[in-house]
Amino acid sequence: MTRPETTIRPPPGEAPRTGVTRRGALAGLTALAGASGAAAQGATTLLNVSYDPTREFYREFNAAFAEHWRAQSGRAVRINTSHGGSGRQARAVIDGLEADVVSLALAYDIDSIADRGLIAADWQSRLPQQSAPCTSTIVFLVRKGNPKSIRDWGDLAKPGISVITPNPKTSGGARWNYLAAWAWAQRQPGGKPEEYIARLYRNVPVLDTGARGSTTTFAQRGLGDVLLAWENEAHLALKEIGEGQFEIVTPSLSILAEPPVAVVDRIVDRRGTRAVAEAYLRHLYDPEGQRLAVKHFYRPRDAAVAEANAARFPRLDLVTIADLGGWREVQRRHFAEGASFDRLYRPGR
Amino acid sequence: MTAVPRPAAEDAAWARLAAIGAAILVFGLLFLLPLLAVFVEALRRGLDPALAAIADPDSLAAIRLTLLVAAISVPVNMLGGVAAAWCIAKFDFPGKRLLTTLIELPFAVSPVISGLVWVLLFGAQGWFGPWLQEHGLRIVFALPGMVLATVFVTFPYVARTLIPLMQDQGREEEEAAATLGASGFQTFRRVTLPNIRWALLSGVLLCNARAMGEFGAVSVVSGHVRGQTNTMPLHIEILYNEYQFVGAFAVAALLALLALLTLGAKLLLERLTGRRAAVHA
Repeated sequence: MTRPETTIRPPPGEAPRTGVTRRGALAGLTALAGASGAAAQGATTLLNVSYDPTREFYREFNAAFAEHWRAQSGRAVRINTSHGGSGRQARAVIDGLEADVVSLALAYDIDSIADRGLIAADWQSRLPQQSAPCTSTIVFLVRKGNPKSIRDWGDLAKPGISVITPNPKTSGGARWNYLAAWAWAQRQPGGKPEEYIARLYRNVPVLDTGARGSTTTFAQRGLGDVLLAWENEAHLALKEIGEGQFEIVTPSLSILAEPPVAVVDRIVDRRGTRAVAEAYLRHLYDPEGQRLAVKHFYRPRDAAVAEANAARFPRLDLVTIADLGGWREVQRRHFAEGASFDRLYRPGR
Repeated sequence: MTAVPRPAAEDAAWARLAAIGAAILVFGLLFLLPLLAVFVEALRRGLDPALAAIADPDSLAAIRLTLLVAAISVPVNMLGGVAAAWCIAKFDFPGKRLLTTLIELPFAVSPVISGLVWVLLFGAQGWFGPWLQEHGLRIVFALPGMVLATVFVTFPYVARTLIPLMQDQGREEEEAAATLGASGFQTFRRVTLPNIRWALLSGVLLCNARAMGEFGAVSVVSGHVRGQTNTMPLHIEILYNEYQFVGAFAVAALLALLALLTLGAKLLLERLTGRRAAVHA
């Protein structure tokens, strides 16, 4: 015996039999991978990375645009979508999610993608209306009959009211909520917005990461007396979860939310999809896109479409993000590490 | 007055009944009831809407992706698990204890971390991101990243099942084989593998059940593209968030069925092993 008794050589990879099995397994895997890729073949694909409440709108708009593009160019296009909290989606694009277009809740999230060089710095001036094809605002959704008599922002900060709103660190909708509340408090006689915000967020039992999560918390799980929501999201909750269960309350003042869209330059240039991606975003401004936006309770930009649907959207005072100093200023003052939200949100105190 | 001591057997019977009752109650409340709820919700509007929800192209894509990820991750973990268990149980080397502990690392860290590490390594801003982009390779937000995350999370299952068994079995049989002139691979195939095959299969099945169900780590690296990078657990969450409750629970029921099937296979296997052991004895 030449071999030492206490050790055994680890298995060498020389046996011919393993080669056969390996080849078989590989063939099987290739077949499986091929099967999953087959559906996407034959058509150009676009990936639209979007925020939470646009799911239903884009499902319909994507089908409409595919028709439109086929009629115009004779070619097929398939649009894939990804939805989540706006900040988190921006982060995914920065980390390498290959979005041809982004449609996010607020310009700041697209700015942060542009800061990494994926989108040209002047993106917001490339499309009409600061690249926001439709607008929305923030309203209240309360339980049927409005049992806590919630009429305006002031009522939200009263003791014993439970308010559902997502986390402004991760959710675009939550930032609009926060800023609308801030803007209202600023305009009150002797208004102390910090004090009001601190009292308001003391009434928030849970911060979900996205607008849709908060809607589910309020509507499905039955938590809270009032949900601060996108106007379109509030209407959708009414429609999907039951007309009779909730009511929409429009406050005296709110914020003009302008969710913007942009082509991701670096991705479309690499994938050769610039033409179709730009056409896709432009179609949002066409009457068809505007009508679909209205159908999903977004406020249209097109004057004719707006006129025809005036009854659908109550008039109210709307402050703009420019009134509050623009997104970079708002981010620095309110949502950056240690800024007003961090100082004023003190759960459990 | 002295208390009359009750017979010990009676005492034990009471205690046994109470314990069994408590176990059944806990089991029913914690496991059977939620499982039942999934199936009830899925079939709330009858069988047809549930089947239609599963036949939806996005659901089918999610099912296919889940099976594909498991089909890659489980064999990788089987090979890796056997290799790791073999090294630890049959050899002495410096750092062996460290390796044993490291194998359990995926159990100890949160799945979010298990996903984020791959973004940190292979994301566009990550260590290898620029190089990967230059070469047109995609890892995160694509199949490779989801496989990596799943492999990472499910690695311990095979190794942890095998290590105690292989340590128990000792090295004598392998040493005898070596003495008789068997090569390392022959020893492994003729001696080691037959000894561990039932445990191996059971570990592989557990690994498979977990691989199909993994949510957290896969969620981080998926990118959530409908019909492309959503596995079944991710697709269930999306359907639920879109108020498509029948669809969500129909896919959930299917996922639960796949898991139950896996566990059933494991049970059957254990019965077979039990019988074999009896025959051998």
